Amino acid sequence: MTVQVVLPGALADLAGGTRHVDVEVDPGGSTLADLLDALAARHPTLGRRIRDETGRVRRFVNVYVDGEDVRWQGGPGTAVRDGATVQVLPSVAGG
Amino acid sequence: MTVLLAIGTRKGLWLARSDDRRTWTVGEPHLLAQEVAAVCVDTRRPRPRILAGIQYGHWGPSVVRSDDLGGSWQETESGAIRFPEDTAAALARVWQLRPDTADRPDVVWAGCEPHSLWRSIDGGCSFSLVRGLWDHPHRPTWEPGAGGGAVHTVLPDPGTDRVTVAMSTGGVYVSEDGATGWTPRNRGISAVFLPDPPEYGQCVHKVAVDAGDPARMYAQNHFGVFRTDDGGGSWTSIAEGLPADFGFPIAASPSTPGTAWVVPLVADMQRVPPDGRLRVHRTRDAGGTWTEVGEGLPDAAWTTVLRDAFCVDDVDPTGLYLGTRDGCVYASADEGDTFTLVADHLPDVLAVRAVRLP
Repeated sequence: MTVQVVLPGALADLAGGTRHVDVEVDPGGSTLADLLDALAARHPTLGRRIRDETGRVRRFVNVYVDGEDVRWQGGPGTAVRDGATVQVLPSVAGG
Repeated sequence: MTVLLAIGTRKGLWLARSDDRRTWTVGEPHLLAQEVAAVCVDTRRPRPRILAGIQYGHWGPSVVRSDDLGGSWQETESGAIRFPEDTAAALARVWQLRPDTADRPDVVWAGCEPHSLWRSIDGGCSFSLVRGLWDHPHRPTWEPGAGGGAVHTVLPDPGTDRVTVAMSTGGVYVSEDGATGWTPRNRGISAVFLPDPPEYGQCVHKVAVDAGDPARMYAQNHFGVFRTDDGGGSWTSIAEGLPADFGFPIAASPSTPGTAWVVPLVADMQRVPPDGRLRVHRTRDAGGTWTEVGEGLPDAAWTTVLRDAFCVDDVDPTGLYLGTRDGCVYASADEGDTFTLVADHLPDVLAVRAVRLP
């Protein structure tokens, strides 16, 4: 199945210059973790920007599956359907 | 002779050059908006390599490198420092990048948060976790200091397999077998935040090695300045004569035995120079006596010099470099007697390193 990942501009270079990445995910694996694994396999540096090496989404990175913040859903186990849109956004932080 | 001064700050890296160490040309920022808490310039290579431990803010920590003095930057795709899966740990910050000696030209050490030591054998492109320290039974009880729990000092001995590290907190640990086995060596170092003098757990802020004897080291502690003459077996106070025994950095001359410098601050609850006078204090007799130096450093400077924002070069006479949390950098070409301003209005200075370019 195919899922579209929408990246912030700051990460576009790590995906070959595009903010929209179509990721093929094995239908057998349909969680956010599976999707991010597939994304990291294609773009390892991009993968490290979104998650640390334990697989946790970084503290100041927000991920939305079809508009819903995964922190309030299933976290890495959040279900991702065929045709879903997964948006990665930097949180309000920094200085 | 050209000296390159790398200035790591809260929001980027600046490179300054000088032919006389008195007048400086400061270039445009590199890695702008990224925290650069650790930097080194490895001059053992045919082309000097800059390694920087950076924090992307939202996007996590990493190590980047440049083999053309900042013209371009590379990053190992899978991450130069990456905790093995079985540790269930994640890199939080790179605190120290330290090239080993000339006869081990591809070895680079990294001290990181959480408390961990890493060794690279490919010039800093990739690092392996030093398991001997990570698996040490004391590690779970090393508490983080205010800045985080980290190995912030790595001192490989040029003549032997000895490696010394210092941690806040945790204290000083030494390996005599190339970083496999580790023993705490803190006897005599105070820990005012603990009820009894402990075997380990001290908040040692920085350690420097004497030029004449690798077993002689100097430590700036969280209260207290100490010296060991036996590789850390025991430490004695050398703070008498200083206006305050708190501070973060300590540096030793690379060429003159017995010479070292500290930058005193009033106390942990008052991390500013005594009376607001930013000064360096120098010893010529291994801490027996101290002399205030630093003509050209400012008064009314209510700022802090962090542990890695102070360094020496290997030029004769030794140059000193000092950066402040209010974004000023000063250089001395005469072992601290006088300083000139290199840069101001930078972000908080976290690390400075100076090398002679080949």
